[in-house]
Amino acid sequence: MPLKPEEVRWVAHLARLECTEEEIGLFTAQLNDIVSYVNQLQEVNTEGVEPLSHCLPIHNVFREDTPGVSLKVDEALANAPARKGDFYAVPAVLD
Amino acid sequence: MELIEYSCRDLLSWLERGELTAEGLTRAYLQAIHQRDPRIRAFVYVSEVEALEQARRVDEKRRQGQPLGKLAGLPVAIKDVLCTKGVPTTCCSKILQNFLPPYDAHVIERLKQEDAVLIGKTNMDEFAMGSSTENSAFQITRNPWDLERTPGGSSGGSAAAVAACEAPLSIGSDTGGSIRQPASLCGIVGLKPTYGRVSRYGLVAFASSLDQVGPFGHDVYDVALLLEVIAGHDHRDSTSVPAPVPPYRANLEEAVRPLTIGVAREYFGEGLDAEVEQAVREALNVYRRLGATIKEISLPHSKYAVATYYIVATAEASSNLARYDGVHYGYRAKRFDNMIHMYSRTRGEGFGAEVKRRIMLGTYVLSRGYYEAYYLKALKVRRLIKEDFDRAFAECDVVAGPTSPTPAFKIGEKTANPLAMYLSDIYTISCNLAGIAGISIPCGFTKNGLPIGLQLLAPPFSEDKLLRIARMYERETDWHLRRPKLT
Repeated sequence: MPLKPEEVRWVAHLARLECTEEEIGLFTAQLNDIVSYVNQLQEVNTEGVEPLSHCLPIHNVFREDTPGVSLKVDEALANAPARKGDFYAVPAVLD
Repeated sequence: MELIEYSCRDLLSWLERGELTAEGLTRAYLQAIHQRDPRIRAFVYVSEVEALEQARRVDEKRRQGQPLGKLAGLPVAIKDVLCTKGVPTTCCSKILQNFLPPYDAHVIERLKQEDAVLIGKTNMDEFAMGSSTENSAFQITRNPWDLERTPGGSSGGSAAAVAACEAPLSIGSDTGGSIRQPASLCGIVGLKPTYGRVSRYGLVAFASSLDQVGPFGHDVYDVALLLEVIAGHDHRDSTSVPAPVPPYRANLEEAVRPLTIGVAREYFGEGLDAEVEQAVREALNVYRRLGATIKEISLPHSKYAVATYYIVATAEASSNLARYDGVHYGYRAKRFDNMIHMYSRTRGEGFGAEVKRRIMLGTYVLSRGYYEAYYLKALKVRRLIKEDFDRAFAECDVVAGPTSPTPAFKIGEKTANPLAMYLSDIYTISCNLAGIAGISIPCGFTKNGLPIGLQLLAPPFSEDKLLRIARMYERETDWHLRRPKLT
């Protein structure tokens, strides 16, 4: 079931990636190669196998809720592309 | 041999005896960077002023008889994926080009505590996605043994910096082989610690269940030294494990006896270069002569490792890289119609092709209708891959094989074919999926003078034994003493 350019365009939209038509064409071909390669996993019998999301025998880690030193506002905002007062500035969200 | 070509054991003893100053040593490496790096291009940032200041501080402490750290006066190069306070940290991506972290990664804190001299930041594949360092947004790094070839990747800058003697030690990160494969291609030692051994705090995330930070050096001793410094618990990374850090150098010279080495038949299959195979088989003979039992084993799910990895790693990456939104830090597109368009244009302009490809693949395998068939399936196969290793380690101490199926490949050779590039990690990827430890050590050269690496894989948290086993081989050979001819 090869990926079509429309699907690749939809995935790019989901991932918030603006792509040129040329990129969509290239990615469609390349993703099809990769997807057909990873499809070999379908031949593995995984009945009754629990998924493994990480390898450590830990599930949750707790620590004391001790207050520490935080970044100052200016430090935290120093890398922001746009700033307004003590906030990150973004374009209008509502039209 | 020139000063810069020595390994840290010698450099440290001269520093301790006062025959060498940290400033003098740092100047020697800075000079090497000036002379050699215009050809190698391992560094994306050189901290010349700060490095010399740090070195002078170490010399002053020594003069005053103050206690000194384990790395006192040794320059260390850092892959540009670790946050360094006030020093650019770009992941070699346009999207982070102007990022100045407000804090140090745990690993950086540890290096500073042990009086290392941070000499600069090294080139890498953008966000550590790649196997040749060609995906850097800024420059191409060349293999010090053959300037027409890649150093491997993604930590290619860190590997090339040590191989070219522009730094005696460096730090890399390994998500699917990104330390071991460039170590192999550059003829040095590189170690991927067990998942949880080194804190990931301040490591820019690629695939959080696979990423580990690790050391590069000319020999096993140097790598053991650097691992001693960076390993250990840190409460800011909940996956960092509170297990004590053994003094890895203390019993490095003690051979492991009895020793059983597993050789997986799956690691000697189609696509393995004949010269690489011969060098690795010869390395196994060295172990045999040392009294080791070589046992043929099977890791039956190995052939699915690359496919599993490219689902798990890209899924995690697609989520991790959602943070590059043009709001908190990094690049923001100049012109856009609305908020969503600002995100997508920022990301479209800021990310390179390989990063986009992986975000798209990760988004696809997590999307409705495909999650179970791809992502969940891959997590199940991941367990089978881990269980293969559990079974192997029940009957052997380490699993040995080639690190990379081929020696260093030509620049441009694989850039047009992402899948061919992915397959160059075929022997290193399982280690990350299984969360175990792995090392690559030099085990020969091709007749064209390209280095070959031997990979040893060990059970979780057995780095001490892994290093001793690696050292057993190193003591019998002199591959690790060779340096490329660069003037």
